[in-house]
Amino acid sequence: MAIFKRDEGSKSAPTISTASLPDVVYMMLFFFMISSTMREVTVMVENGMPDARTVTKLEKKSLVSNIYIGRPKAEFVGMYGSEPRIQLNDKFATLNDITSFVIAEQEARSEEDRNSITNNLKVDMDTKMGIVTDLKQELRRANSLRVSYAARKKV
Amino acid sequence: MSKKSVPEINASSQADIAFLLLIFFLVAASMDTDSGIFRRLPPMPPEDVVVNPPKYAKRNILQVLVNKNDMLAVNGEIMDISMLKDKALEFILNPQNKPDLPAKDIKEVPFFGRVEVSKGIVSLQSDRGTSYKMYIAVQDELAAAFNEARDIKSMEQWGKKYDELDPEQQDAVRKVVPTAISEAEPKNIGGTK
Repeated sequence: MAIFKRDEGSKSAPTISTASLPDVVYMMLFFFMISSTMREVTVMVENGMPDARTVTKLEKKSLVSNIYIGRPKAEFVGMYGSEPRIQLNDKFATLNDITSFVIAEQEARSEEDRNSITNNLKVDMDTKMGIVTDLKQELRRANSLRVSYAARKKV
Repeated sequence: MSKKSVPEINASSQADIAFLLLIFFLVAASMDTDSGIFRRLPPMPPEDVVVNPPKYAKRNILQVLVNKNDMLAVNGEIMDISMLKDKALEFILNPQNKPDLPAKDIKEVPFFGRVEVSKGIVSLQSDRGTSYKMYIAVQDELAAAFNEARDIKSMEQWGKKYDELDPEQQDAVRKVVPTAISEAEPKNIGGTK
């Protein structure tokens, strides 16, 4: 069986081919590109989500508009205080900004999607209900009635 | 025959480039899918119209109060949150047709035919000082009670859980057990701002 016999002496141990390594990495790369979404806003408030058993997934990402509520993070406490604040997009907001935010979110979607926008309320679990209630009243006033209280699935 | 082959292009740096891209996407992207408890807010009544709140019989209301100390009261008696689900489930289904639990309407629902639908409404009232964590816990327990009621109904009908039904069947079950959670207008009783 001469074919299996190595021509010893002329070569040292064979090098492992790394030619397929890029392919493997590309596969991972494409997986992550497809399965992930870009992080759009930097969250400037504390955001510890509560746990719940009966969570439903928000199906269409493009129809979700995020509203964050919580205490400002440590680096913003000097400027915005430590009371829970509302964050819309990239800046802190007050209750008066909600209506214009809702309208802006509706403008950004196509006509037929405007009534199916879901407001995803990402509220820190240490927040008191007062500010959340105010926000809900404001959303009702702006006639944007679909809300989802963000929560993690309890296992 | 010459022993030398055609020289290969060195592709080892391609892996490095791909790794760089991979790490960029890992950092810039978030994988988390949004999940949460979905609710539909009631529409705001027009400001110039005075709307009289509709009257419901006492038996048709399950009053859930959460105060600023995160204490729970159901129909006037203090209750631990672990008991809330069973209480709500009994309220929704009223299996023994007790006179102090909700009355039932006969309705026509696909698959079920003429079926009894509870007239009960869970009225949830929280205080401004209630913590969000407690509020979500209460919402969760109530939603769990409704889900369990739906499971029971679909078990009776098809011998399957609600989640395993096809969309039309789920629709029908939702008509038999509608999510009747009403949030009262906010009150400010000794709330801390």
